[in-house]
Amino acid sequence: MTMTTPAPPAGPTSSDQPLLSLRGVTKSFGAVEVLREVDLDVRLGRVTALVGDNGAGKSTLIKGLAGIHSFDGGEYLFEGQKVHVTGPKQANAMGIEVVYQDLALCDNLDIVENMFLGREITSATFINDAEMERRANETLAGLSVRTVKSIRQKVASLSGGQRQTVAIARAVLWNSRLVILDEPTAALGVAQTEQVLKLVRRLADKGLAVILISHNMNDVLEVADDIAVLYLGRMAAQIDAKSVTHGQIVELITTGRLSSTPPPAAVALDETVESETSGEAQS
Amino acid sequence: MSTMMDKELENSATEVPDNRLSTAIGEYFAKVRGGDVGALPAVLGLLVLAAVFSSVRSETFPTAFNFGNLLNQGAGVIVIAMGLVFVLLLGEIDLSAGYTAGVCAAVLGIFVTNHGAPWYVGVLACLACGAFIGLLIGLLVARLGIPSFVVTLAFFLALQGVQLQLIGEGGQIALVDNTLLAVMNSNMPVGAGWALYVLVVIVYGVLTFRRMTKRRADGLHAERTSVWAFKMVAIVVLLGIVTYILSIERSVNPAVTSIRGVPIVVPVLLVLLVVTSVTLNRTSFGRHVYAVGGNAEAARRSGINVANIRLFCFVICSTLAAVAGIILMSRDNGVTPSTGGGQTLLYAVGAAVIGGTSLFGGKGRPIDAIIGGLVVAIIANGMALLNQPAGVVYFVTGLVLLVAASVDALSRRRAAASGR
Repeated sequence: MTMTTPAPPAGPTSSDQPLLSLRGVTKSFGAVEVLREVDLDVRLGRVTALVGDNGAGKSTLIKGLAGIHSFDGGEYLFEGQKVHVTGPKQANAMGIEVVYQDLALCDNLDIVENMFLGREITSATFINDAEMERRANETLAGLSVRTVKSIRQKVASLSGGQRQTVAIARAVLWNSRLVILDEPTAALGVAQTEQVLKLVRRLADKGLAVILISHNMNDVLEVADDIAVLYLGRMAAQIDAKSVTHGQIVELITTGRLSSTPPPAAVALDETVESETSGEAQS
Repeated sequence: MSTMMDKELENSATEVPDNRLSTAIGEYFAKVRGGDVGALPAVLGLLVLAAVFSSVRSETFPTAFNFGNLLNQGAGVIVIAMGLVFVLLLGEIDLSAGYTAGVCAAVLGIFVTNHGAPWYVGVLACLACGAFIGLLIGLLVARLGIPSFVVTLAFFLALQGVQLQLIGEGGQIALVDNTLLAVMNSNMPVGAGWALYVLVVIVYGVLTFRRMTKRRADGLHAERTSVWAFKMVAIVVLLGIVTYILSIERSVNPAVTSIRGVPIVVPVLLVLLVVTSVTLNRTSFGRHVYAVGGNAEAARRSGINVANIRLFCFVICSTLAAVAGIILMSRDNGVTPSTGGGQTLLYAVGAAVIGGTSLFGGKGRPIDAIIGGLVVAIIANGMALLNQPAGVVYFVTGLVLLVAASVDALSRRRAAASGR
C-alpha cells in the first residue's frame, strides 16, 4: 500500500539533478481525468521505461512532454527550470524528440532526406545535400549503425528494424537531450528487437536521457535503468530497475501496487517466489 | 547476412567506384524489374510510335516539317502537364487547368488586343490571373479540406463559363502582338539554335561533372563516370539530331517563305523545365512536396506546413496553366471559348502519367511532362496523318492513357513487393 503514493526514486542517481521532472501533473479530456497528480523524473544517461496497461495514460503523458497537449496542472521542470511547453516546436528546441510508434517516415524519400525532413540544411536557398549526407553518415556511425547498405536508398526498401533505426537516428541528429521512444520494438522480430534495444542502450550511454514506452517486460528489464509504472492515470511507482522482478512490474501494472512491500534489502529474498508466481501467471 | 552488409558498407566507403558500364546497366535493369520504371515506358512508346507512323506514313510523318509541327502541337499540353506534376506529386488533381489556360489567355487578349496594353503588361495580368485561380483552388482544397477532384471539377465548369463571358459567345479575341505571336510562329536563326545546343550541352556537362567529382572527393555517393559519360553521349547525340532536323529548311515552298531553325517555344520550354526541376530537386519546398505526397502525416510531424505546400502547388499549377494559355493563344493567333477546352486537360494529365508521374502522389518529375507530352503529340499528329476520324483518335488516346495508368499501378505493386 505504501507504493501507491508516488515515491521519489531511491538510489545513488537521485542525488544529481534530473533533466526533466514532473510534479503533480494533471490532464483531463472533458470529464475524463487521464493523468492524476503524476510525478516523474528523467535523468541524463539513463533509460527510463514508462510502462502501464492500455489506457493508463502513457500516450497522454508523452504527448504532454512533447508539447502536443499541454498539461492542465502541476509543474513541468526542465533542467531545474519551470517551463510551459506550448507546442512540438518548442519541445524540439529544448532538445526533446519523439519517435512515434507508427514511424513518421516517407517511403518515397531516402534515408538522408528522411533524417533531415522539415529541417533541411540549405545554402543560398538551395538544399545542401552533400552536407546533409555527411552529417547523416556521422550520426549513423556515432550510433554504430552498420545495417543499412546505402544511406541513399529509399526508406521503402528498409526492414522494420532499419526503419526504426533511421527514425531514432533522426531523433538524435539535433543535439537532443531527451529521446522518447513509443513502443520501438512492437512490430519487430527477435533479431531486430535486439538490434534496436542495443541502439536504445547506446543512446543512454552517450549521455542522452531516454524514455522507453513498452509493453514487453523482457525489453524493459533488459535496457531500462528506471521503471515508471502508470496505473489508471496515477504514477504507481518509479523504481530502480535492478530492485524489481518481472512479476513485481506486472503486479504494479495490473493492480497499481505491490501486495507485499518488501524493504529494498528483502527484494533479493522475495525474488524467487515472485518470479515463480509470475511464471505461472504468464503461462 | 549482417557480415555481408558490413562488408558492403566498408566497400562503399573505401572502394574505388566500379566504373564499368555493364555494372551500371545491370543495376538499372534490377531497378526496372523492381518496379522503378521511370520514364522508360514513355521513351519506348515514343520510339515505337515514331517507328510505326514513319513506316505507315513514310511520305508525311518523318519529315522536318512535321517534326517542327509536332513540337508546336505538344507545347501547350506539355506546359500544363508540367504544372500538373506539382499537383499530382501531392496525390491531388487539377481538372480545371485547361480552362485556366483559356481564361488567362482571354485576360491577356483583353489587355493587349482590346485595350492596347504592351505585351509584357498582358503577360503579367495573365500570370496573375492564373496565380489567383490557383490560390482560390488551393484555399478550398488545403484550408477547407474539399477533395481537389470536386473543387477543380467545379472550377472546370465555372471557368468555362467565365471564358465564354469574357470572349462572348461564338466570338474570339485575335492576337495581334508580334512578340507574343513569335513564340509559336517564329524560329530562332539557325546559328542561334546551334549556339543554344552547345550552351545546353556544356552547361549540363560541366554542372553534372563537377557535382560528381566533388561528391566523390567528399567520399559521398556519386554517379559512376561511365554512367555520366553515357548520359552525356546520349544528350549530345539526341539534342544534336533534334537541332539538325530543326535546322533543315522545312517550308513547302522555300522561295516564298523560309521555315528553318529551332522554334522559339523550345527555349521557353527549356527555361520552364530548368526552373521547375530546380524547384523540386534543390529546394526545401520541393523536398517537402515529395514528402507530403509520400506521407502527409510524416510531413506534418516533421514540422512541415502541409496546407501551405498544397496551396503553393495549386498556385504553381494554375500559373503554369496561364503560361500554357499564352502558348495556345500564340499558336491559334487568338483565343476562342474552346481554347484550353476539349481534350486539352486530359492530354495533359495523360502526358504527365505517361511520362512516369504517379497518380498516387510522391513520384514524378517535370521532365516526365515533356516526354509524355511528346508521346501524346505523336499520337494526335500521327492519327491525323492517317486520316482517322476524330472518334478513333479519342479512342486511341483514351486507351494510351489507360495503359499508362496501368503501368503506374502495376509498377507500384511491383515496387511494394520488392520494397523499393
